[in-house]
Amino acid sequence: MNFSILQFPASNCDQDAIHAVRLLGHSARYVWHKENSLGDTDCVIVPGGFSYGDYLRCGAIARFSPVMQAVKQFADNGGLVLGVCNGFQVLTEAGLLPGALVRNRDLQFHCEHVFLRTVTTDSPFTNAIPAGKLLRVPIAHGEGCYFADEETLAKLKANNQILWQYCDASGNLTDTANPNGALQNIAGICNEKRNVAGLMPHPERACELALGSDDGKWIFESIFAALKNKTVAQAA
Amino acid sequence: MKAKIIVTPKKAVVDPQGKTVQNALEQMGYQGIKAVHVGKYLEIELDGTDREAARKALDEAAHKFLSNPVIEDYKLEIE
Repeated sequence: MNFSILQFPASNCDQDAIHAVRLLGHSARYVWHKENSLGDTDCVIVPGGFSYGDYLRCGAIARFSPVMQAVKQFADNGGLVLGVCNGFQVLTEAGLLPGALVRNRDLQFHCEHVFLRTVTTDSPFTNAIPAGKLLRVPIAHGEGCYFADEETLAKLKANNQILWQYCDASGNLTDTANPNGALQNIAGICNEKRNVAGLMPHPERACELALGSDDGKWIFESIFAALKNKTVAQAA
Repeated sequence: MKAKIIVTPKKAVVDPQGKTVQNALEQMGYQGIKAVHVGKYLEIELDGTDREAARKALDEAAHKFLSNPVIEDYKLEIE
């Protein structure tokens, strides 16, 4: 499978993403933000970092980069898109995912491991995660607090669009386990069509035990499995 | 012409910066402060003299880019 990893000025988790995909046995290449086409792509990863210095708002400028037109078309055609951290922010700014990410409630940058509870395995990003398994994944963000208004939150719940929530080591959704104040401990969501997802934690930094956890691989394995099973949309 | 845009967080969004500034003001002895909200101020210098056209264009820019309508409100003034 071919993964396209976008690169914006000041993306910094693109190398981790490309390494993770290749480590797990698939092809990955960088796509510079000025490109107008994604080429032969099965999945797009919008990586973490501080694109455009987080100026104005995180992801606010990157969402207008030329490559995002191709990404939008790819997503409209059913292609799989995964946004990690800043990538999640870019996707919400671009309107490809609902809601927004705001400043952590304690105003501190959190660089630590968290536990994630997978809310549903009914998605191309969670289908391979073993039932009941908590994912130990690192976060590194200052603006990861997920916000959406009441109506949007209700829709997310009704449509089963919440994919991951912060929890404690026993899987409980506690306030202490919530590193940033995200509503309903939301760590990651998908769109209505279930082909675009975003999460604040970094699965690409948790694919090798040497880095403290290899639980992140389950998210990639889910994508590989989904791609195997579906007709892949051609990139525009 | 000069456009002045004030971007503020929506009331529904938790504003920890605002709370922190409020705490600090109270610690410094200022009293009677009910709330503080921290926002953003942009000044855009423009060519031309057509204020209506400028307002229309900047309204669109403010809604589309300069603010995020999910979490922010904005006020636009052209002088």
